[in-house]
Amino acid sequence: MIEIGLGHYLTLGAIIFFLGVIGIFLNRKNVIVILMSVELILLSVNINLISFSIFSGDLLGQIFTMLILTVAAAEAAIGLAIIVIFYRNKGSIRVEDIHEMKG
Amino acid sequence: MLAHAIFFYFFSILAIFSALMVITSRSTVNSVFFLILDFISVGCLFIMVGAEFLGMILLIVYVGAVAVLFLFVVMMLNVAQQKQSWFIGKKSTHIPSGLLVSLLIFLELLVVIGGWKYKENVMSSSNLVIDQSITNTHAIGSVMYTDYILYFQLSGIILLLSMVGAIILTYRKRENVKTQSYIKQISRDKSSAVALVEVEFNKGVKIDD
Repeated sequence: MIEIGLGHYLTLGAIIFFLGVIGIFLNRKNVIVILMSVELILLSVNINLISFSIFSGDLLGQIFTMLILTVAAAEAAIGLAIIVIFYRNKGSIRVEDIHEMKG
Repeated sequence: MLAHAIFFYFFSILAIFSALMVITSRSTVNSVFFLILDFISVGCLFIMVGAEFLGMILLIVYVGAVAVLFLFVVMMLNVAQQKQSWFIGKKSTHIPSGLLVSLLIFLELLVVIGGWKYKENVMSSSNLVIDQSITNTHAIGSVMYTDYILYFQLSGIILLLSMVGAIILTYRKRENVKTQSYIKQISRDKSSAVALVEVEFNKGVKIDD
């Protein structure tokens, strides 16, 4: 318990990943919370990469984490723009109201 | 080592709690605030474990830009009043299967982590050994702009693309809004703009006819 190793960080990443996935499935409110769950999932991936990078003494994981941060920021911007125009057209962003594709 | 353990448990419990609150919070604004708390605590974990540069990037870029962008959109779209609990409402069939899938993923990850063991001499896939004599930012910078310059520029192109995409998606022409037309302004010349008029005494000039 006192000795914090790689397994602790990986477990933290797994728990946050699990919470993100469960947030996508359980969500009934609006699409923005789904986007936030995707951000949580990407954050857990970053935790994994950084802990492997630190505990194996290899810098490559941190560089890859920076690229993931870039892609996550781009994804948030595009996703929020899509949500804004959806709200402008339909007047609602509740998950139940989005059934244009009959999915 | 004890301080490391104490801070690790503090920040990780804070991160897990705030992640839980992100997905269960009743109002969306509270979800965004807990997302910010989650980013901050994970950023502190990164700084603690030795990746200072990425921890500060997470704090500055994520808390400063992305989370505030979320907050901005939530407040702009007026969805803060939608306080609906996620169990009440229409009967949904995908909640049990979703719970099952996410629990399975979690158990798989736990099994993998629990049985994790390093093979001897397995960490030789790249030659980027972390040098303890220079700072983390120095190490990343000396690699980022030399060996990985292509990936760096590629991420810049991705950011540019997302900016153009977001602007194009949300752009719309408004009706009945008076704006400047630069082309009209520039293309005026003397013959269409100025007229010389003979003004008779005591009669004045009639304009706009």
